[in-house]
Amino acid sequence: MIRVVLPYHLRALAQVGGEVEIAVAGRVTQRSVLDALEARYPMLRGTIRDHVTQQRRPMLRFFACQDDLSHESPDAPLPEAVTLGTEPFWIIGAIAGG
Amino acid sequence: MSGVRVFVGTRKGAFILTSDGKRQRWDISGPHFGGWEIYHMKASPADPNRIYVSQTSGWFGQVIQRSDDGGKTWHQPGTPPGEPTTTPQGWPKGESNKFVYDTSAETGAPLTTHQWYDGTQHPWEFKRVWHIEPSLSDPDTVYAGVEDAALFRTTDGARNWHEIAGLRGHGTGPKWQPGAGGMGLHTILLDKSNPQRIFIAISAAGAFRTDDGGKTWKPINRGLRAEYTPDPTPEVGFCVHDMVTHPARPGVLFMQLHQGGGVFRSDNAGDQWTEVKGNLPTDFGFPIEIHAHEPETIYVVPMNPFLRVPIDGQLKVWRSRTGGHEWEPLTKGLPQENCYVNVLRDAMAADSLDKCGIYFGTTGGQVYASADSGDSWQPIVRDLPAVLSVEAQTLP
Repeated sequence: MIRVVLPYHLRALAQVGGEVEIAVAGRVTQRSVLDALEARYPMLRGTIRDHVTQQRRPMLRFFACQDDLSHESPDAPLPEAVTLGTEPFWIIGAIAGG
Repeated sequence: MSGVRVFVGTRKGAFILTSDGKRQRWDISGPHFGGWEIYHMKASPADPNRIYVSQTSGWFGQVIQRSDDGGKTWHQPGTPPGEPTTTPQGWPKGESNKFVYDTSAETGAPLTTHQWYDGTQHPWEFKRVWHIEPSLSDPDTVYAGVEDAALFRTTDGARNWHEIAGLRGHGTGPKWQPGAGGMGLHTILLDKSNPQRIFIAISAAGAFRTDDGGKTWKPINRGLRAEYTPDPTPEVGFCVHDMVTHPARPGVLFMQLHQGGGVFRSDNAGDQWTEVKGNLPTDFGFPIEIHAHEPETIYVVPMNPFLRVPIDGQLKVWRSRTGGHEWEPLTKGLPQENCYVNVLRDAMAADSLDKCGIYFGTTGGQVYASADSGDSWQPIVRDLPAVLSVEAQTLP
């Protein structure tokens, strides 16, 4: 299972408490993880990636194993620790605003 | 008539204020959807327990919320609480926050650009829902005015939205441009006597009307003046702030236009407008509201046109009982010194109790109520986040 940590407001939307665990078929990439996350929690569709362009929303970032993966290809494999479930895939909202 | 709910959308969530017919004591619930901007929320006239909410965020985009029990519980349409969120095949049940512009050739609206601040053409980009207008007869049918300006409709309770593309594609779209707050479609007026007729208004494009259910549209801006543009009477390009009509006289419209214009009325469904600002202290303000039982009684909140705050720090609602021209300031219960808040375009509403109630919210977080048509006011709450919208629902 792939572990995903959501920012506060998306946890509220998905009605989940802490991190979520999802099954991902095939290669574990940003795209396959987000596809699986949105299939399990469809209320998150459009809140992480734009509905049409599928681009990451500008005020969100993707991290794993201390690395910022936001500018990696969405089809690049995620670190093995994420694949094995020992490390989560982090979706982080910018700490900005008033 | 047993009471009233006042829906308050703020920069940090939604609040629901409830009272009986006396409107002296209020129960306050919220924040709902805390931390999100609530541009608008409104109940269905056809089902008082059905409420729709536009919840939006610069981080996470647009979300639509719906309640089927008068605001006790909420869900995103397509994913009812307690039910699986996907079909047995694993597909999402609904995409209630998916607003995609219709550029198909079939609709005749393959339009993709409008005018940008620098005069160049800019692609249409969906940002948020500014205004929600439920159908007068069907709780599952709702209209949504969005930024960048377009009109969407759902007929399945907000599970899916489809653009009414004839508006954006009718021909003047490339001349529309955003105001400082964005290019939003903020006003939607439905006509109970003629379901085929809809009025809408856009900043900064103007007012438009359809008489065939949305297939075709035409600008209705003749008679308006925009002193701040090279051509003061263009076909489109007006920064309409708000527009209102009375259900008993749907062909009579009142408008608060941007600075340089003022307050206007039309007696022929927008075909021609007449300026009626009369003795108002300024021509600038955002909301305009109408009395529930007196079609010639209207309300505005004039502001200093340069500062966009009350003149001399005195918060005054101005009322006309003559459909414009002659106005009286209403001050009883409102702060008359050191008040420098604004009242935004969708932040004023009226109930339809026997003694009409008027409500408005401020950018300082106060929500004021009058249970006597504006003669006197009291704050229901004083310290909410900045108020973006106020709607009043009269409970049966």
